[in-house]
Order: sequence, then structure tokens, then C-alpha cells
Amino acid sequence: MAVHAVAAMRPVAMHTVARYAMPHEAQYAAASGSFSVMWLLLVLPLAGAAILLLGGRRTDRWGHLLGTGASAASFVVGLVLFFGLLGRSGDNRAVSQHLYSWIPVNGFQVDAGLLFDQLSAVFVLLITGVGTLIHIYSVGYMAHDLERRKFFAYMNLFLASMLLLVLGNNFLVLYAGWELVGLSSYLLIKFWEYKPAAATAANKAFYMNRVGDVGLALAIMLMFATVGSTNYDTVFGAAAAGVIGYGTLTAIALLLLLGACGKSGQFPLQAWLPDAMEGPTPISALIHAATMVTAGVYLIARANPVFTGSQAARTVVVVIGAGTILIGCVIGCAYDDIKKVLAYSTVSQIGYMFLAVGLGPAGYALGIMHLLAHGFFKAGLFLGSGSVIHAMNDEQDMRKYGGLWRLMPVTWVTFGLGYLAIIGFPGLSGFFTKDKIIEAAFDKGGTSGYLLGTAALLGAGITAFYMTRLFLMTFHGERRWSHDGPEAKHPHESPTVMTGPMGVLAVGSVFAGGLFVLGGSLQNWLAPVVGESVETGAHTMSPAVLTALTLVVAAGGFAGAYLRYQLRPVEAVARPDSDVGLVTVAARHDLYANTFNEAVFMRPGQYFTRFLVWLDTVGVDGVVRGTAAAVGGLSGRLRRTQTGFVRSYALSMLGGAVLVVGALYLVKAG
Amino acid sequence: MNGQILISAAGEFTRTSTGEAATFWILAPVAVLAALGMVLARNAVHGALLLVANLFCLAVFYMLQDAPFLGFVQIIVYTGAIMVLFLFVLMLVGVDSSDSLVENLRGQRIAAIILGAGFAGLLVFPIGGVIEGTRAAGLTAANDGGNIQAIARLLFTDYVFAFEIVSALLIIAAVGAMVLGHRERVGGKVTQKEMLRRRFATGGPVTPVAGPEVYARPDAPRAPSVLPGPPADLPALPPESSHGLSARGNGNDSRPVGAGKGTNR
Amino acid sequence: MNPANYLILSGLLFSIGAVGVLLRRNAIVVFMCIELMLNAANLTLVTFSRINGTLDGQIIAFFVMVVAAAEVVVGLAIILAIFRTRRSASVDDVNLLKY
Repeated sequence: MAVHAVAAMRPVAMHTVARYAMPHEAQYAAASGSFSVMWLLLVLPLAGAAILLLGGRRTDRWGHLLGTGASAASFVVGLVLFFGLLGRSGDNRAVSQHLYSWIPVNGFQVDAGLLFDQLSAVFVLLITGVGTLIHIYSVGYMAHDLERRKFFAYMNLFLASMLLLVLGNNFLVLYAGWELVGLSSYLLIKFWEYKPAAATAANKAFYMNRVGDVGLALAIMLMFATVGSTNYDTVFGAAAAGVIGYGTLTAIALLLLLGACGKSGQFPLQAWLPDAMEGPTPISALIHAATMVTAGVYLIARANPVFTGSQAARTVVVVIGAGTILIGCVIGCAYDDIKKVLAYSTVSQIGYMFLAVGLGPAGYALGIMHLLAHGFFKAGLFLGSGSVIHAMNDEQDMRKYGGLWRLMPVTWVTFGLGYLAIIGFPGLSGFFTKDKIIEAAFDKGGTSGYLLGTAALLGAGITAFYMTRLFLMTFHGERRWSHDGPEAKHPHESPTVMTGPMGVLAVGSVFAGGLFVLGGSLQNWLAPVVGESVETGAHTMSPAVLTALTLVVAAGGFAGAYLRYQLRPVEAVARPDSDVGLVTVAARHDLYANTFNEAVFMRPGQYFTRFLVWLDTVGVDGVVRGTAAAVGGLSGRLRRTQTGFVRSYALSMLGGAVLVVGALYLVKAG
Repeated sequence: MNGQILISAAGEFTRTSTGEAATFWILAPVAVLAALGMVLARNAVHGALLLVANLFCLAVFYMLQDAPFLGFVQIIVYTGAIMVLFLFVLMLVGVDSSDSLVENLRGQRIAAIILGAGFAGLLVFPIGGVIEGTRAAGLTAANDGGNIQAIARLLFTDYVFAFEIVSALLIIAAVGAMVLGHRERVGGKVTQKEMLRRRFATGGPVTPVAGPEVYARPDAPRAPSVLPGPPADLPALPPESSHGLSARGNGNDSRPVGAGKGTNR
Repeated sequence: MNPANYLILSGLLFSIGAVGVLLRRNAIVVFMCIELMLNAANLTLVTFSRINGTLDGQIIAFFVMVVAAAEVVVGLAIILAIFRTRRSASVDDVNLLKY
């Protein structure tokens, strides 16, 4: 049946493409020339990971160099391919490479293949580029760690997995990458597994990701059941042609969204991301800020025909996005742990991206744009925070910082540029990309447009507030630490190997946004994949007014934070819950997300598990053991008949003879 | 079991002669009583003798039924050889070994009697039901030229293979009996000289041990009982040497041991 | 008188022998009971030989006697061997092969 479905579907898909002129070519161009080395992108970091993991301690001395080298080589390959892509015409920029036949079952053909198109290209550059920078940074950051080699092995593994995720040409390959990044994330969060908090956080991340992964798996199964294939071209062709019913399409979209929420830390699965900050800071920068957590955005952008086809699913996406912006912002204001604040900032910024991609064809490119810009400035911020943490002897509480700007000028400058980028300082990345999203949200029109736009605008203000708070508490104000005493700190600037990548990322933070926006370059670049960003023509508000409004709101946030944390002294110890407002208390408790999860999912699950254990012990085991005991007891009784007295045996023989003779008699006589 | 079927190949109806009937009705009760007596006799020797009587009766029945060869073989082999072997072993094991009356298997006795009676009933009554219709072909024709010759003819023609196998079986049985009965001697053979020397050294009786029933000993079952302990006027003698041939130790020990111990418990 | 009476007699003897095997504990007496059962069977064979008018029954009875002789020899040797080690000829004393 499935075979027929495929056979019936393929022509329809191609036909549709021709008629509706959808952005998806039914047949991607085959990889040739320089593109035939596409597989090297994956294999280089994978080989690095394999050598480092299998080589063991022998590779300790040069392991970090190999890891960084593998990453850099992959970046070079990515660049070569990218420029190769630039050399092609716009419609011909999707290059597919067939690797091998993965699951050649009758009626279910899955080929392991790679797809290098405009969307993959920017992701490849982001992953390998930022990845390489963070590798270099880690050489310094992890210099004193005994297990540095393993760290680089896992990082390489992550790179390979993430590249597999963005390069796959069908959903099953994507899923494989999806699971592998989950594994790498798990391994890296619990890198310092002797810390109970790290081990717990890794488990939590794994479990909550699993919830999302189930959604993704179900979505893929549903695709296969409906369309008979998991290939992008087939599925998207069918979705665009309206072959898939609206209900099924919405179901697929919502299940994909569940997967995306799990991976990207969006409501309701956002609680794992802040805990994941227990991992080393480079990991927070690479995986939990720049790349992996944005995989959800990639998934939605990649599956844009599915979401375009389902208005209901997109509504859910924007609601989740807008809600998560505010959740992340509010909680970000309450934490004193520098990495947690940045983590919630990540949650909130990914909310922007979700909001953007949820807006449909108008927003896919905007979401990706913000994602790339965010990749730069958030990675930069995390690396800066790592530098600070490194300088402050692993102290992460901002209340124990202060006045570091003189001591760590490079970190101050690079971190400051990232900070300005995220709050949307005019001319920097965030200004361009976030503004566009707010604008698109307002342009959605109607009440929903105003609601979403207001949420995004509000988010921008709060972002400015808590990021300013973070920046001021860390680098300015009085020093809330001392050179002597039991907790003596000797802050110092980090080595060049760490500040170098920070500098590069800071440059990216400054210029990336402008580069993407000017002339709509990125939007045009991505258009063949995600569709033209259709201008509805009538703006709800003129862009200039909106930009001004955004700036005012952000400035308000900045001013609030400046008044509160610069002009007034910062307490070295946070005020207790009884002394602060209700919102603050709720925010300090992650808006009770963990409490909710624990009460609604964990406890009932636990009770259910206990019940099952009881059922197993009493019921299943009871039956088994009861049978065994019955047989054993019966055998024990039966054994007693073996008395060893030969006369007893003779008696039973005679009894048997009587029975046989009697039976014979009965038969013959009867 | 249906007698009609068992005796299906009957030829012409043959009534037995009056002489045979008389012999049968006299000897059949004797055979049954002898069998019962054997089962019930406490003394095994009595039982053996009663079995001999029973086997004699059977030998007569064989002869009555035109099987003179079997009848004589029965007397010579069974009553002659086999029963003598039985008696011999009885003497080795101890003639005084009589069963205790206590049955130590619960319900064995009742069950045995009930099952035995039931079995007898099942065997006898079907035959009794068809007794009038039984036809006997008689062996007059088959025994033409002599019973022994006829049997020999069959034995060495149709049954020669079985005959050879049985002969092998007999040899194997003889060898098996020797193997079972054989005991390895541990150490050198004890000569008469050494035995005498040992007897003097241990202060034992210098004269040969007294024959059976010379002295009345409390552990000799057929001797009249006297007061416990050895008689005061006699030296402490070893028990009588004849008290059960079986009661010897292994070959190294010249002194009878364990005499008088009940062989049944 | 009918030859079938021999069959009744042999049935009785066989049953008596069987009951004897079950009741008696002296191994030698048990053995004698078994001999009685064998002889009862022999009587049946001889009688059937007569009823059927062929000598095969007598031949088989002859074989039974030979086998019985062999069996007695070995059986008695076993009884003696057991008696030598256990000082007992009671079949109830040889009961180690049990639960």
C-alpha cells in the first residue's frame, strides 16, 4: 500500500511544483565538483571524535589541537561549499548528495543523503564557524582540566551530529542527527559529572528532550503513513500541493513543534535549558546558546511548507514564541547566577525566533536571521561570562562581582558589544534582526498582531533591563569581592586564546545584523528555501515609528536597570523571598515550571511506576512464583512416594497389572 | 480377559480322562496349600520345602498334560538343582532368619492381599465363565514318535537361535555369579600354623572349636535357654563355629564374628 | 474335567506368589515366590500347548526354566553379596535409593 502511495505521490509532487512554482525543487541538483566532498563536513569532526575517544590517554597531549583542527577543517570545507553555492544561480543552489541506501525495505526506502542548500549553508557556516571559535576558546578555558581531551572529543561529536542534523535530506537523517546532538549535549552537560547538580541537569535535559523527540518521531511516522516517504522534497511537495489533509498537516506540524520545543527550550519544555548551564561554559555558548537549541527553529524553517499549510499550527507557534519571550525575560530578571540569566535570555531570544517563524512566509527568513545574529552575540556573551567566571575562581553569583571593567578590559569590551547587540542598540545585530521581528509581528494585523507585537516589544524592554542589570552588576559598581580573606579573588584578564574568539564574535555581533539586513540580502538568499518574504504592503505602523518605539522601550528598560543597579548599591546577598514581590518570587522559582512538572508529570509517573512495580511483584511474579511453588510443593509430596522399599514398588506394579488386566477384560467383555 | 479368545484355536473337543481328573483334583489343592504355606511359613526352610512340594505337583501336572519331558526336567532342575541352591544359600545366610511379624510399610499388607485377591479374581473368573466351552486339541499327534524327540526337533530347528542365546545366557549367569561372589584377599593367605600361633598368643581355646550344639549357648536359637552369660564352668569360648556359615568375617579373620545377630530386623 | 481347570489353578498360584512377593521381607523367600510365579506361568504354557495341540508352549516353558535357573544363580549371588556387606537378607533394609 505504501508503495502505491509513493508511486502515486511522486508525480503529483513534481507536477505541483511546476504548477504552483513552489520554492522546492522536486529534484535537487546532484552533488558534483567541489560539492562531492560534502560528506567531509561530517566526517572530519566525526573522525576527530573517534580518534580522541578511541585513542585514549595517548592523545591527551595534542587532543585539543586535533579537535580544533578538525573543526576548523570542517569550517574551511563549509566555506568552500558556500562559495561554490554562491557561484550558482538562485534556483540551482540546492545540492543533494546521495551517500548510501540506509533502510532499503520494500515499501520503505530511506537513503542516507545530504542536502546542501541555502538554509543548510548558513547553518553549516554558523556551526563550524562559531564551533571553531569556541574550540579555540576551550583550549584556554579547559587548559587545567584533566579530561580536556574528552571534552574536545565530545565537542567534535557534537559538531558532527549537528551538521548531520542540518545537512540531512530527509527527516529520518535529521532525526538521527537530532538524537545525536541530544546525546552530545547530555555528555557535555554532565562533563563534570562528579558534581551532583551537573549529573542531575544532564538527566533532566535528556528526559525533557525525549518528550520532544517523541513528538518528532511521531511526526515522521505520520509523514510516512500519509505520504509514504520522509524525503524533504516528497513531503513538502505533497504538503504544498494540498495532498495531505488539513487535519493531518496540522497534526504533523504540531508534533514537529513539540520536537522543536523540546530541543529549543520553549514553553512548556523550557525548564531544562537553565539547568544545563551546569556544563562547562564553552558548552553553554556552543550548544545551549548558539547552535543546538536553535535546531527547533531550523526544524520549523525547514518544514515551512507544512507550517505554511496549517494556520492553526502557526498560531500555536506564535503563541508559544510570544509566551516564551516573556517567560524568559521575567525569570531572567530574578536570577543572580550570570549563566542562568544568560540561559533565560537564550530561552527568550529563541522565543523571538519562534514568533518569527510562526508568522509564516513573512517570518521564516527573519527567524533564521535572528538565529544567526543571536548565534554570534549570545556565544560572545557566554564566552565573556566564561572569562569572568574563570577570573573569579568559578564564582557565578553576580552579586559577588562588580567593578571588573578595569581589570578585564578586553572581556569588558567584547561582552559589552554583545550586550549592546542583544538589547538592540542601533546599528548592532540585535537592532536589525529583533526590530524586523517586532515589525513583522505587528504587521500580522488584527488584534493578534497587536498582542504579539506588544509581547515582543515588552520583551525587548525587559531584555534591555535584565541585560543591563547583568552588565552593570558584573563590570560596574563597587567591588563586592576582596583580594584577601577566605574567598580571596584575583581577577585577571584571560589569555589571548580565549579573548581572541571573544573578539571575533564581538565583531560578528556588531556587523552580522547589518550584513544580513542590508538590501534584504539574507532574505533573498533564503527565499528559494523558505519562500519569498511577502510584504503585505500595508504596515500596521510605519517602520520608522516602530523602530523609535522599540528604542524607547529598550531605553526604558536600560534606564530602569541603571537607576536600580548603578545609582543604588547592590546588595551582596539577595533579599529573601519574604522581602520581595510576588512576581520576583515566582520568577526565582522559574515561574513554578519545575514545580508544575514535578506535580503533574513526575509524581504521577512515579506513583504509576510504583504501582506497576507492585503489580509486577504481586501479579506477574506472583503467578510465576506461585506456579513454581505449586510445582515444587507437589513434587516434594510426590517425591515421598519414592520410599526406596522395593516392596512398595512391587505393590504398585501389581496394582498396574490389575488395572491392565481389568481394562483388557472390560474392553473384551464390553 | 476373555477366555474364549485365549482358547480360540481349539481343535476337537477333548475331555480328560477320569484318571487325570482324579489326579488333578487331589493334587491341585495340595499345590495351592503348599503355595500358601510357603508364603505364610515364618521359617524360610519350611517355605523352601513347601515350594518343593508345590513344584512336584506341577511336575505331575506337566506329565498329565502330555509333557513328560518338562515334568522330569521340572523335578531334576527345579526341585533338584534350583531348590538345593536355595537351601544352600539359606544355610549361608542363616537358617534362623525368620521374618518379623511387624509390617513396617503402612498398608502394605492389606493392599497386597486386596490386590492379590483382585488379580486372582480377574484371572480366574473369566476362565471359569468359559470353562465348559474349552476345547483341547490334545498333543497326541504332536507327540507322535515321542515327546522328547518332538521337543528336540522343534528346539533344534525352529528355536535353535533362541536355544543358542539361552546357552550364552547360562554361561553369562555362571560368570556373573562368580564375579558377584568373588572376594579379593587382602594380604597373604593365613596358614594353619599362623592360626594356631595366634590362638595360643591370644590365650584362646587351644582345642578345635566345638561342633554345633555341643554347648548350649543363649544365642543359639535351637538350644534350650540357660542363664545369660557363658556357663561358669567353661572357659570363655568363641561362639560355635557352625552358627551360620555366613557369619564369617573376611578371609583374614579366623574367628567367627557376629554370630547370633539376627539377620532380620 | 476340563483342561481349563489347569489355567484356574495357575492363576491362583500366580496370585499367591505375587502376594508372597509383596508380604515377605526375606529376600530368599521373595525369590522363592517369584519362582512360584514363574512355574504358574509355565503351567499355563503347558496347558495351552495341550489345548492348541502344538509343542511350542512346552518349548517356551523349557526356556523359562532355563532362564529361571540363570536368574536364580545371579539373584542368589546378589543376595549373598548384599548379605556380606549389610549383614541382612531383608529387602526392606536395602532402601537407600530413595528421595
